[in-house]
Amino acid sequence: MDIQRLHRIDDTTWTVPSAAAERRHEARLYGSRPLLEAMDDKVLEQITNVARLPGLVGAALAMPDAHWGYGFPIGGVAAFDPDQGGIISAGGVGFDISCGIRCLRSNLTAEDIAPKAEKLADALHRDIPAGVGVEGGLRLEADELDAVMRGGARWAVEQGYGDAEDLPFIEEHGRVDGAVPTNVSVLAKKRQRGEMGTLGSGNHYLEVQRVARIHDARAAAAYGLRENQILVSIHCGSRGLGHQIGTEFLVSLAKAASRLGIALPDRELACAPIRSPEGQQYLGAMNAAINCALANRQILAHLARDTFDRRFHGVRLETLYDVSHNTCKVERHQVDGRDRLLYVHRKGATRAFGPGHPSLPAAYREVGQPVIIGGSMGTGSYILAGVAESEARSWSSASHGAGRAMSRNQALKRWRGQAVVDELGARGIIIRSHSMRGVAEEAPGAYKDIEEVAEATERAGLARRVAALRPVICVKG
Amino acid sequence: MPAGLPRYDYFDHDADTGVIGRGESVPQAFLRAAEATFALMCDPLTIEPRERIDVDFDEDDVELALVTWLNLLLAHASARGLALGRFELQKENNHWRGSAWGEPWRCGMDRGTQVKGATLTALRVTRQGRGWEARCVVDL
Repeated sequence: MDIQRLHRIDDTTWTVPSAAAERRHEARLYGSRPLLEAMDDKVLEQITNVARLPGLVGAALAMPDAHWGYGFPIGGVAAFDPDQGGIISAGGVGFDISCGIRCLRSNLTAEDIAPKAEKLADALHRDIPAGVGVEGGLRLEADELDAVMRGGARWAVEQGYGDAEDLPFIEEHGRVDGAVPTNVSVLAKKRQRGEMGTLGSGNHYLEVQRVARIHDARAAAAYGLRENQILVSIHCGSRGLGHQIGTEFLVSLAKAASRLGIALPDRELACAPIRSPEGQQYLGAMNAAINCALANRQILAHLARDTFDRRFHGVRLETLYDVSHNTCKVERHQVDGRDRLLYVHRKGATRAFGPGHPSLPAAYREVGQPVIIGGSMGTGSYILAGVAESEARSWSSASHGAGRAMSRNQALKRWRGQAVVDELGARGIIIRSHSMRGVAEEAPGAYKDIEEVAEATERAGLARRVAALRPVICVKG
Repeated sequence: MPAGLPRYDYFDHDADTGVIGRGESVPQAFLRAAEATFALMCDPLTIEPRERIDVDFDEDDVELALVTWLNLLLAHASARGLALGRFELQKENNHWRGSAWGEPWRCGMDRGTQVKGATLTALRVTRQGRGWEARCVVDL
């Protein structure tokens, strides 16, 4: 990105000021100079397009891991006020609605699993349905899927997947209000019939990780983390149901925007006023997909626990937290000293409530919400904690991943999947995947430096680092 | 179709991938865009045409028609658990009618990355010389 086009506010805050003549709000980008210089110019184009949408409150925001998306950049955050004609956008949520990460903490250490690591990797690869065209062991009829869409992770717990103790440690306690299964098409439900309890492919994974470094001892203690501890992270979303909802509403909202006289700088920003019938229709369907994703990760957590149970006597895998990345959520935020109800779009961004937020479980309320930043399979991930100042800076939002530094096509030209597996194996990282092409696309070198992203996230006042994680086993979709 | 260019191709996008289909007519460019899309998930040479999917829809916006065509194929293939490798498409006024052939996913297939949907990003259907080119970004 040509950062000469930006005004620097401080080391990690950059802005394109609002322009009343263009009816454009401020576009604000968070990140270090190297991260911004490495970003595609399309990120700037897309976030300034978002700043033109009706009813936007404050600035359109790009997180430090932002990259070129569709409509919104990945790493885009924007809040809209329904009382000011604010919109809801399918392009502001994305196809994989509520894609996110469930992180489980174990009572095992890296030494405990080392002698069994290869067999554990084989077992996880066998037990966790992953990859394109792979279905799960659960097939649901339409009425059961309606129950999933209404109940989220709570539905999964009622069916025997995990237990009620997981629920306080999931955003919205495992279930969002406002899901309307009748707004979801028959085709979307058909796509989901065999996909509950599946990981998917691409950048989705189940990873066994060890805590490599504690940055914040107080927050780590609250989260139950200690060095060398084994964690399990599951990255996936709402599968075919969410993809189909995204697909259908992208086209229908693009047409609605045109019909309703909303001038879109990019058709991919497909949107409708929150209070319009079209907006409400999408909102109900999107909430149904969020619940579907929460149920999916609950089932996968249960499958992972089963696999560990069979190999480690007395093992416990407790939910540390479950974050969603691609959502539009109705939240209360402070605007110019007033409490307002806003529709906060986070596309490839993590909700990051600071200390004291009432929705947080009591154990975390003093230190803030866990924020999980997933990295590549060769480098590592981070757990951060929400901070108070991110309320004013980013509607309590932070980064969600390392972010790609290179396209999939470029990665395929540069790496071979088996060579990546062998190289990581030599470094003690075990990879299992049905797709060597997928492994090449996801090669660690295709991603940005996670250390830079995590540090910039902290320096920008979006969240603070708690623990650095390193991969031990990665099951790729 | 522009001389010397492959019938389908790809272009770069940070997180996802752009697909390009080229042909002597718009429907032919569209079916080659479908070939490009489904080849991301499975090598078409390994797919037997055992089952057929039929789709038809009305769309007068030719660019939205490309996205609708690809997304209908992705949806029906996903709902029926099929890998697709061969496509046909016809257009009459604003009505589009197409078919695709493939088989259920099985062991031994060369699996790639699932395509979640076709997007409106970098969406273009343009005349190129005596042929047509259809392109858009697909979400992976």
